[in-house]
Amino acid sequence: MSRLPITKTPKPYVGGAFIRSESGRTFPIKDEAGNFFANIPQCTRKDLRNAVEAAAKAGPGWAKRTAYNRGQILYRLGEMLEARRKEMIDVHVTLGGPKALVTKAVDTAVDRLIYYAGWADKYEQLLGNVNPVAAPYFNFTVTEPMGVVGLIAPDRPPLLPLISLIAPAIVSGNTVVALASESVPYPAILFGEMLATSDLPGGVVNILTGFRKELVPTFATHTHLRAISAAGVSAEERRALRLGAAESVKRVRFADSETNWLAESSQNLDAIRDTLEFKTTWHPIGA
Amino acid sequence: MPTLAEKKTTRPSRPAPELIFGDLWEFDPAPETADPKLKPRYDLFIDGKFVAPKSGKYFDSINPANEQKLAEIALAGRDDVDAAYAAAQRAFETTWGKLPGRERAKYLYRIARLLQDRAREFAVAETLDGGKPIKESRDFDVPMAAAHFFYHAGWADKLEYVAPGRRIAPLGVVGQVIPWNFPLLMLAWKIAPALAMGNCVVLKPAETTSITCLKLAEILRDAGLPPGVVNFVTGAGETGAAVMSHPIAAKVAFTGSTEVGKIIMRSLAGTEKKMTMELGGKAANIVFDDAPIDQAVEGIINGIFFNQGHVCCAGSRLLVHEPVAEQVLAKLKNRIKVLRVGDPIDKNTDVGAINSREQLNKITAMVASGVKEGAELFQPACKLPSKGFYFRPTIFSGVSMSHRIAREEIFGPVLSILTFRTVDEAIEKANNTAYGLSAGVWTDKGSRILKMSTELKAGVVWANTYNKFDPTSPFGGYKESGFGREGGRQGLLDYCKLV
Amino acid sequence: MLAKTPHAALVRLFDEVGTVDAVGVEERVAKYTTRSIKKASKVKGLKLATSMVDLTTLEGKDTPGKVASLCQKALQPHDADLGAPQVAAVCVYPSMVRHARKALGSDTGVRIASVATAFPSGQAPLRTRLAEVKAAVADGADEIDMVINRGAFLAGEFGLMQDEISAVVEACGDAALKVILEVSELETYDSIRAASFLAMRVIREGDFIKTSTGKTSLNATLGNNQVMIEAIRDFYLDTGIAIGMKPAGGIRTAKQSLQFLIAVKETLGDAWLTNERYRFGASSLLNDLLRQLEKEKTGAYQAPYYFSEAAESY
Repeated sequence: MSRLPITKTPKPYVGGAFIRSESGRTFPIKDEAGNFFANIPQCTRKDLRNAVEAAAKAGPGWAKRTAYNRGQILYRLGEMLEARRKEMIDVHVTLGGPKALVTKAVDTAVDRLIYYAGWADKYEQLLGNVNPVAAPYFNFTVTEPMGVVGLIAPDRPPLLPLISLIAPAIVSGNTVVALASESVPYPAILFGEMLATSDLPGGVVNILTGFRKELVPTFATHTHLRAISAAGVSAEERRALRLGAAESVKRVRFADSETNWLAESSQNLDAIRDTLEFKTTWHPIGA
Repeated sequence: MPTLAEKKTTRPSRPAPELIFGDLWEFDPAPETADPKLKPRYDLFIDGKFVAPKSGKYFDSINPANEQKLAEIALAGRDDVDAAYAAAQRAFETTWGKLPGRERAKYLYRIARLLQDRAREFAVAETLDGGKPIKESRDFDVPMAAAHFFYHAGWADKLEYVAPGRRIAPLGVVGQVIPWNFPLLMLAWKIAPALAMGNCVVLKPAETTSITCLKLAEILRDAGLPPGVVNFVTGAGETGAAVMSHPIAAKVAFTGSTEVGKIIMRSLAGTEKKMTMELGGKAANIVFDDAPIDQAVEGIINGIFFNQGHVCCAGSRLLVHEPVAEQVLAKLKNRIKVLRVGDPIDKNTDVGAINSREQLNKITAMVASGVKEGAELFQPACKLPSKGFYFRPTIFSGVSMSHRIAREEIFGPVLSILTFRTVDEAIEKANNTAYGLSAGVWTDKGSRILKMSTELKAGVVWANTYNKFDPTSPFGGYKESGFGREGGRQGLLDYCKLV
Repeated sequence: MLAKTPHAALVRLFDEVGTVDAVGVEERVAKYTTRSIKKASKVKGLKLATSMVDLTTLEGKDTPGKVASLCQKALQPHDADLGAPQVAAVCVYPSMVRHARKALGSDTGVRIASVATAFPSGQAPLRTRLAEVKAAVADGADEIDMVINRGAFLAGEFGLMQDEISAVVEACGDAALKVILEVSELETYDSIRAASFLAMRVIREGDFIKTSTGKTSLNATLGNNQVMIEAIRDFYLDTGIAIGMKPAGGIRTAKQSLQFLIAVKETLGDAWLTNERYRFGASSLLNDLLRQLEKEKTGAYQAPYYFSEAAESY
């Protein structure tokens, strides 16, 4: 007689903890064969609010880490995903992903984390500069993280785009609240477990599961989110996000709908720049 | 050796010493007499030609210094805006978009030079039209506008260095709407990077200050700029809305109030247009007890009374360290007494005319609210001209963070003074606003400057100085002060697409 | 022992009197140069400046004859119908004081100033410097222009520097004292401000502080003038004691002198627009003031040789 396995209760990772929705609601997802797989927390706008608060709390500390330290932590996150690579691939397959493709996607996700980890102490050298103003002043432009950034991942594929949005946002010191795939949320939940063991401070990455219809409007209007970086959003969602953004002059970036997330071209310095502000400081040169 | 404070206690009993800023040596009027070469009527500038608006309608532009009419300005309707966009698109497809960068550069250099040739004439026109002191339009606005063209000219053939690791391309036609506080300079900020990058432009100046824009059209024509590369449509809000929402515009750039910026963002929500927004501000100018106080006072004055306070990055909230609060206020009062308020065309005028009656009314209402909310008002007893729109330089002390005058942008010569005790309190108060355009910090301690600069949520931080600008120096805001940068390498990024 | 080092002493002094941002000062004074002074206000300014001139000759080759002609010029700068006022003072070496007194007589509005205290270096024993002051006063000097001990200041020996000034004050008796900081040797605006305060604390109402000897490469500028008049203003508002100011050296044109006066008007106010509280240490300035006055009167630009010679130095 075979042993009955213990199934894991899926809980998204928010504020450094694994949470259920404050609403107590869940929604079931099925595996490829159509069998019940798990109940996923149906996060609400209040969960989003809590996640933003957690992200805001974590922000200053994360931004003050040295670039070297942030780079190492992102690298560590890559290590965590690499270590549980097989589990991540298997889960994708169980939920209907073609094995060869998801293997490539998970491997690329690891590589992507390593790619952005390496940028941590370099992007500033390319994006900032000293400006030769025509007066006796030392003038320099540096970048700063925007603050709390809302990320909306496409429904599919469920992991690689999510990581491709998270990594360039946090490498510079932003903290994020990400909305996972609605139909295949489990990989994002599993990724949350890796976040929790990666030395990343709680609250830097917060992942919500739930219904886009319910959550996108709140992402749009929450004024403490200083930017939205979204991929795979419909025209209607874009409009809603832009309309909401207008109320607090929020920055909104939509990934190109043609993006091939597996390609190296989908990772670049500009993705980091998209969630940065430029700050210019003047100081007289005198004695 | 006794300290200053100890000296005070041993002071002989006589009336408190005061300085007398009287009329012992008054200055005679010194009007700038260069001919602004104004035309009685200005048409639209579309496709390289001055054309009458299709509606045949014109509106008056007046001199805010004396309320006299200066010229008639064409009122562009939707069909005029259509014509401007069509011309811009044609130019992008047939001439400008195909021109090598080094050739575009030469046009921009020419524009810079022609503007320098006619600098004094432009300065006078700017002052007559907008009310700013001639010394500012002469020494700041016009030379800085020319500098922006000169700086960006040099970028036009070096664009591969703008975005590391990426190839970039122009966007196409961009629509731009600019405000009335720095009419010519904002125009230069907008069109120089757009043209350097290879875009074509439809621009609308503010309705109260269209003249230098249309005078610049003469320069564009004299420079031989191909028709349609730059088009100017004049008018008020409706014209602006048509410029911002036009289907041909690949990108829109707006400088103005946060309120209007939000309206534009909403109206473009369904589109894929790129945007940059340079909006309002309520900057904190922070003075620590170890600051070089006299230069700080000068910076405070320059921060709030430059251009009558019609400056989005004006240092309108003064945060003073408590140990020096009394001293700074006393020095400010003495300094403000020697500001010369009056006819902007007089070369000795420090504070000119408020740009419009509407703006004067807004300022008056905000100041009334400050008085009503209990802040203490100080204004110098200067004489104001009987005609025209003027407002005395105004200082409010005893202001708290909840007062309207501490939270809302006044856009006039009105300073609100608050105090703080610690570094953290200063940062907290400075950042406690939806705006984030600029900030000032005054201290002799280097590490504190860098700490403050890091913590202040603002796109520009002036340390031991204020209100400094340069074409090489990116300018733009955090939070509700907008997004995108103007000037520097970063400013160019907002006028291209990555390919 | 850190607190006793000169550096610590300077730091404490700067803490007390405040520091100066060099770029900020220079931007402030650049605004004075954009003021446009026309017509009656120009004439008034030129006459005011003329009345503030300490007409100076400080050369090894000075003779009684040279000093006598300088005194004549001081009494009547130009044709009487120009309406130019007499200058405030003549400024000569101590050995020339008696010749100046002889040339001016005793019943005169023009004062005699003399640079005592081993001018310009000050590098003589204190008793020698004091003897020189007393001799100049005895010979008829109304005002003594002394140099501070810059070495003492830069070494942080502020007490010594002040004690020497106090001794000179005493030696002056009724003569007014002008304390020359020699700003070019103090080098920074911070030091100029600090030295101004040290001096002002030991001199008397009606005494002056002065920028320079005119014998070094850098003399009066709008920048160091500004730092010193701001110190005077702060000291006055704090103590009620009004100290005068004398920029010296390098002010050669009427236009420059008007810019200095604008600085005074906008910083210290009307009460300092008088030769009792503001002087120009200059020689060639006077003729340019007269040329400009003549030009305002006649409308024609004037050739320099229409105006009698003045001393060449400064």
